Amino acid sequence: MSVKPDPVALAGAKAKGRRPWFLEHPDTERLMNITLALVQEVSVMRERMDTIERLLARGETVSAAAIDAYEPTKSEADARGLWTQEYLARIFRILQQDREAIARGEEASSEDIAEEFARTD
Amino acid sequence: MAVSQDAGATEGYSGPPDYRVVGRHGVYPETTHDEIARFNFLAQMNRHLSTHLMLGVGEAFAARVEPAFTAKNKRSFKDRHEVRKALTGDPAFQWWSALRRATMETRQQAGRWVTIRQADALNAKVAKLTKGDKRLKLDPKLKLPRGVSAIDHHCMPGSYHTELSPGDVTGPANYDAGIFATTGGMLGRFNDGGGVAVAEWVRRVLGADFKPKRILDIGCGLGHNVLPIAAAFPDAEVIAVDVAAPMLRYGLARAKSMGIENVTFVQADVADLSAFEDESFDWVQSTMFLHETSYKTMPKIFAETRRLLRPGGIVLHVEQPQYTAAMPLFEQAMRDWDAFYNNEPFWTKMHEIDLDAWMKAAGFGDNQLIHDGVSAVVDKSVFPDAADEKGEDYGRKAAWHVVGAKKVA
Repeated sequence: MSVKPDPVALAGAKAKGRRPWFLEHPDTERLMNITLALVQEVSVMRERMDTIERLLARGETVSAAAIDAYEPTKSEADARGLWTQEYLARIFRILQQDREAIARGEEASSEDIAEEFARTD
Repeated sequence: MAVSQDAGATEGYSGPPDYRVVGRHGVYPETTHDEIARFNFLAQMNRHLSTHLMLGVGEAFAARVEPAFTAKNKRSFKDRHEVRKALTGDPAFQWWSALRRATMETRQQAGRWVTIRQADALNAKVAKLTKGDKRLKLDPKLKLPRGVSAIDHHCMPGSYHTELSPGDVTGPANYDAGIFATTGGMLGRFNDGGGVAVAEWVRRVLGADFKPKRILDIGCGLGHNVLPIAAAFPDAEVIAVDVAAPMLRYGLARAKSMGIENVTFVQADVADLSAFEDESFDWVQSTMFLHETSYKTMPKIFAETRRLLRPGGIVLHVEQPQYTAAMPLFEQAMRDWDAFYNNEPFWTKMHEIDLDAWMKAAGFGDNQLIHDGVSAVVDKSVFPDAADEKGEDYGRKAAWHVVGAKKVA
C-alpha cells in the first residue's frame, strides 16, 4: 500500500534551489516570515467573522457549510477588499514612514531641536 | 462605523476582486471559506507590494543608492547587475524583497495545502476524464531537460513535473488555483487573459484570411494560454507540448471540462520536435516559455519552429520585454528580480539577447520578423485592467511583448 501524501508536511515544502536571504540578519527574516504568516491568518479570521456577520444580516443560519458556501455581492467584496487594504496599510505603517522619510530628506532630531530651543544667544 | 455598513466606503475600490470570481471548471480544486480568504489576502499582499513597497525601492534608489554609488566610484552604473548589487544593501530593497519572497512561498503553501489535501479526489477526476483519450500522449521514457530539473521554478516545490503519487495532478492544480493570488486577478477568470490577447491580436493583425488548420503550442504547461486560442479557432487542430506529464494530464481534463475538444496534449522536449513533420503547422505559439529554457535550447526551438511552419505560417513568442539600451538600468535590475530571487534563473540571460538576431540565425528573414505588444484581455467589470492599473510590477505585469516571424510563402 502506498503512503498517502501528508498535506500538512508537503504544503510548506522547500523549493529546490538555494534560498536567497535579504535582511541584515537571517533571524530577523525568519521572524518576519513567521509574522507574515500570522498577519495572513488574522486576515483569514477577520474575513470569516465578516462572513458570519453578513450571513446573520441576511437572516441566514450560520453553519460551517453556510460559511463555505457564502458568496459576497460585488459591493460586499469591494468592502472586504478595501478593509484588507486598510489592514495592510496598518501592518506596514513603518515601511510607509520609511518612504516618507526619504521624501523629507534630512530632518532635525528632537535632541537637535531641544538644544536649539535652549539657546539664549 | 464598520466598513461593512458603510455603503460609500467601496466607491472607487481598486484592487483584486474576491477569489470567488475564479472560473471553476470540472477539475478545479474545491476550496473552503478560509482557503479562499488566504488567497484573497495573498492577492492583496501582492498588490500592496507592487503599489506601495516597490515604489519605495525606486525612491530609495534615487535618493540613496545611486548617489552613494556615484560618489564612491566616481562614475555611474555600467550595467543592471551593478544596480541590483547596490540595491541589495538598501533597506527598502531588502524589506520589499524579503516580503515578496515570503509572499510567494506563502502562496505556494496555501495552494499546495488546498490541492494535496484532496489529491485522491482530484487525481480520480482527472483520470476519469482522460482515461483512454487519444488526446493525451505521454512518454514515460522522456528525459527531463536540465531547464526544468535544475531548480523549482517560481518557488513551486516539485516544479511542473513532480508526481507525489502515480497519476498526480496536485502540482498543476496548485498552479491553476493560486496564480490568481500571484497576479492579483490580472489574468482573468480562467487565467487566460494572455491567450485571449494573443488570439485577438492574430484576428486583428492577420485578419479573416488567416485560417490556421494546425496550431502548435510549445511549453504549454496546463494549457491556460492555449485554450483561448483553441476556442478562437475551433476548426483548427491544436497540439500542446510540454515535458511535464502532470500538466498535460490536468490540461486535457481541464480543457474537456470547459468544452474545448480540439487540443491534443503531447509530452515531448521542445528541443526535439522530430515527431512532427516539416511544414505541418500554420502557427507555432509560445507564451511566457522561452525564459524557462536555455541558450542551448533556444536555437533548437527557433530552428524547429521554422522547419515546422508551412509557408505563410507564423511563429509568435510572448514574453516580457527584452532589456535594451533604451530601458533604464534600474528597470532592468527590477525586472531581473524574479531571475535571482524567485527561481527563474534563465530569465536574466534570456532577456538580454537580441532575439531578432537569434530568429534570423534560424533562417527567418529581416522582413519576416514580427514585433508588437499585448496586454491581458479580461472582463473589466470584474477584474483589474493591466493597461490601467496603477503601480508597477515589472516582470509580473500582465502586459507582454510579442516577438515572432512569418515564414515567406
